[in-house]
Amino acid sequence: MLFYGTPLTSPLMLGTAQYPSPEILASAVREAQAGVITVSLRRESAGQKAGQAFWSLIRELNVPVLPNTAGCHTVKEAVTTAHMAREVFETDWIKLEVIGDSDTLQPDVFGLVEAARILSEDGFKVFPYTTEDLVVAERLLAAGCEVLMPWGAPIGSGRGLNNVFGLRALRAHFPDVPLVVDAGIGVPSHAAQAMELGYDAVLINTAVAKAGDPALMARAFRLAVEAGKAAFEADPMEARDMAAPSTPLLGRPMLA
Amino acid sequence: MASPPKVLVRGAGVAGLVSAVTLALRGAKVTLIESGPKVGSGASWMAGGMLTPWCEAESAPAEVTERSVDSLGWWQANVHDVQANGSLVLAPPRDTAEIARFGRRTSHFETIGPDEIARLEPDLQGRFAKALFFPTEGHLDPREALPALARRLVALGGTLLTDTLAPPDESFDWDVDCTGLNARANLSHLRGVRGEMILLRCPDVTLHRPVRLLHPRIPIYIVPRRNHLFMVGATMIESENDGPMTLRSMSELLNAAWVLHPGFAEAEILDMGTGLRPSYPDNMPLVTQEGRHIFVNGMYRHGYLLSPWLAQQVEHIVFA
Repeated sequence: MLFYGTPLTSPLMLGTAQYPSPEILASAVREAQAGVITVSLRRESAGQKAGQAFWSLIRELNVPVLPNTAGCHTVKEAVTTAHMAREVFETDWIKLEVIGDSDTLQPDVFGLVEAARILSEDGFKVFPYTTEDLVVAERLLAAGCEVLMPWGAPIGSGRGLNNVFGLRALRAHFPDVPLVVDAGIGVPSHAAQAMELGYDAVLINTAVAKAGDPALMARAFRLAVEAGKAAFEADPMEARDMAAPSTPLLGRPMLA
Repeated sequence: MASPPKVLVRGAGVAGLVSAVTLALRGAKVTLIESGPKVGSGASWMAGGMLTPWCEAESAPAEVTERSVDSLGWWQANVHDVQANGSLVLAPPRDTAEIARFGRRTSHFETIGPDEIARLEPDLQGRFAKALFFPTEGHLDPREALPALARRLVALGGTLLTDTLAPPDESFDWDVDCTGLNARANLSHLRGVRGEMILLRCPDVTLHRPVRLLHPRIPIYIVPRRNHLFMVGATMIESENDGPMTLRSMSELLNAAWVLHPGFAEAEILDMGTGLRPSYPDNMPLVTQEGRHIFVNGMYRHGYLLSPWLAQQVEHIVFA
């Protein structure tokens, strides 16, 4: 699957916030073999390019950067932040977050669609952080998005895929659109599950950054994503209610 | 016997003052120069002054704890009014899961319930169900401790020159640079990490030890000082903007105080400060040497904890 015409080297996207140090962040990115790293642009940092020292450490990682508009609550804020990010990181990719509720950090899907339209018309390649709602997804595609990033659960909650049915329906409904589970993944089995559903990538931040050993957890996620992807491609069996012995019992020799 | 080494120390922040006093105690002839008008003109003035080696293990490398278990002793030996009442770690009711995580990563604490919390901090009675108590930790007030160290240096025969950029002469055997981000031209990969703090006066609330309030996104601490003062800190932002505090940061800090005790609602806001913590990529400090030049830098948020250890390294170089 191509993301705005670009293949990812790995379906693991890694956020760069909240690590104990930039050095530990760097080791996590290496262990994850991340295909993309996301960077949030805070206003304090953007002015006078005061975040330059940290950003140059990020650039030294040599992984494609997907800037995001984390913490923006309005369309205007998100659009302004996207423009600053384009200037700072010299990329037209933007992970668009418009937060609707500060307690659950769930997206304001109305503002999201509007901001996605404005930014797409302005040449941005928008990666919208959305819910698993099908109709919102349609609107985002109509607004110009070519990638969708539905949540698994609220940001930083680590609760995994709260609505597996909804995520599966989204996959079935949009077989040709790159889909990324963004937010809510807590442990590697959650990431494997998303990949088994046929998702094209997962985005992890807190689960790695706040682990006791972020580099080891990054490696665990890399393995889980690889396992889940392979499982999806291998066409897993269907679950069934009754046991189905893998070896016929009839005619089996009595050895005991 | 050889004459004592003549040492120039640049920068009267915590690293420079602790290095200067350590060298003077050993008999060096120390001149400390400071470009600002007073000691503590930089990030050291904004610090919390927590001497909490065991708590730091939650997010810092094990080396920070190992190198700082003796620092409370160093401060007690060299400065008055260092408190050794331990420290408390609390969480608002809906974030109590964070206490378990904090406990898994740290050691040398007791898990305590509401009765013990009330015994330690009567003002917090009935407000929190569970806490971690680190009995062997302490705290100091940087705005008292730094001037006290300066007086100690002078009492030991050292010289302190403020508003001074260049050394008075070229006769020094050693040049110890403790100027934080001002030394970045000589030190690659040094960056600033923005931190913001608030100083409150609140006669309605009494605390005896630093309190950390855990929250998944914004962990905040409150350190009591004399005369009903409280330092509330500190944000951690990857930015070198040292401009005034933002409304968001201020709301986060003030809300944390309010959550800890509603009495803080009546507090007076005495000061708001922003500082840049000089930091290397691994957020660990480093003593480096080039000929007779020694650099002590990258204190990040562990200046008061790790300065005694770093000063010891400087002492070993100078008196090798």
